[in-house]
Amino acid sequence: MPERTGMEVSIALSEAVKMCKTDVVSAYPITPQTHIVEHLAELVADDEMDAEFIPVESEHSALSACLGSSAVGARTFTATAGQGLELMHEVMYIASSMRLPIVMALCNRALSAPLSVWCDHGDAMSIRDTGWIQVFAENGQEVFDMTIQAFRIAEDADVLLPVVVNLDGFNLTHVVEPIILPDQEQVDRYLPEFHYPYPLHPDKPVSMGTYAPPHLYIEVKKAQDEALKNSKQIILKAWDEFRQIFGREYNPIELYCMDDADVAVMAMGSINETVSLAIDELREEGLKVGQLKLRLWRPFPHTELREVVKSLKTLIVIDRAISFGGPGGPVCSEVRSSLYEHEGMPHVIGFVTGLGGREVKTSDFKKMVRKGVEQAEKGLEEDYEIVGARE
Amino acid sequence: MQSSEELPGWKDFKPGAVVTDAGSARSYKTGDWRSQRPTYDFEKCIKCGFCYLFCPEGCIHVNDDGFMEADLYHCKGCGICAHECPMHVVTMVED
Repeated sequence: MPERTGMEVSIALSEAVKMCKTDVVSAYPITPQTHIVEHLAELVADDEMDAEFIPVESEHSALSACLGSSAVGARTFTATAGQGLELMHEVMYIASSMRLPIVMALCNRALSAPLSVWCDHGDAMSIRDTGWIQVFAENGQEVFDMTIQAFRIAEDADVLLPVVVNLDGFNLTHVVEPIILPDQEQVDRYLPEFHYPYPLHPDKPVSMGTYAPPHLYIEVKKAQDEALKNSKQIILKAWDEFRQIFGREYNPIELYCMDDADVAVMAMGSINETVSLAIDELREEGLKVGQLKLRLWRPFPHTELREVVKSLKTLIVIDRAISFGGPGGPVCSEVRSSLYEHEGMPHVIGFVTGLGGREVKTSDFKKMVRKGVEQAEKGLEEDYEIVGARE
Repeated sequence: MQSSEELPGWKDFKPGAVVTDAGSARSYKTGDWRSQRPTYDFEKCIKCGFCYLFCPEGCIHVNDDGFMEADLYHCKGCGICAHECPMHVVTMVED
């Protein structure tokens, strides 16, 4: 069995960035992402990492600096959380539209007001439509692995899109977990050198982010959408090669206890570990319940979803974000829309919970499963409920 | 605007719509933004070059007779040349 090293997940992530031989890091510290930035700054200052660390005055500048460094063909990393991501917002679209393969660690944090530094997915949902590839990690090992995968996927000549690796603030960033660290040789074999096809270079000038009048804009957007959708094939290939080299398997939707399940719970991020415990207990009580861990958020895995839910009667979707006045949590409403008008699909019941770092226990998930099944039987799947708010 | 047969389709763009030809903005026809165009009475012209200096589009050139006039492929018809000309050489007319 490979040796496991106990490390804080933020430190493990930084070590992954180092092992990827990242050329440029530009970031602005913000809770709960600070340990990543601090550790990377230390690695660069101590000459353990041959990279430029660009200190900036804001997150807007951090991501703007990343645009420039990625555009010259440098492997580029940044990290942020919550309000910091909001300040980056306009630059997010520019990075994806200019097809710059920047990798970002997003340490999921609830948005103000009221001020919160704790975890939910409100920040991630605010960038849902910015055109980045978006993945969610469940534990420290996944954070480490997905960071390495992110560079490989982003920089593929058929992708050239930025990637967000989502990890739950505190629940992942600040916990110490056993991490299997690969050999440098394995990472080098998996991740080839980055060659941007049209780098900014004085010998061969190019213009990026130019003006597009109405007779050109929609074509450029269509090309960008196709690129994001087509990236799924490359992501699957990159995950398959990861399994061959590192021995760990990654899929757009991970299955747990799904073989004979007629009810399933779908969630993203670290609460999946708690959901698994609830599934174990409900199975002991005789309920045929399984779990779907949604790992790939963009591009959304429509075909994989329809395949894994077709034998279910009820699908319970857990969101850690609200779409105020909308059709439910963002994940739930996308799942519903993905399944709508397809034959034999389950009832979809949505619960919004775990906002602003509120702990969600095994017993809470068990209650949601029972309530969801009851609601589905009564045909109440249009409703969603915010779970955990006191009366 | 060019006809739709000449315009690129979505598959024709390089990633991120990067432009690899230097100076390609020159081929962008801003002349079709125009609702008025400049006309000239060169008999009054003293060749001071004010129109050349003030033109925000940089589209004024010296013609074969040594007078300055706008290149109508790029001229947007803003009328700044007509406003600045001290000799009232330039008159804007409906295009």
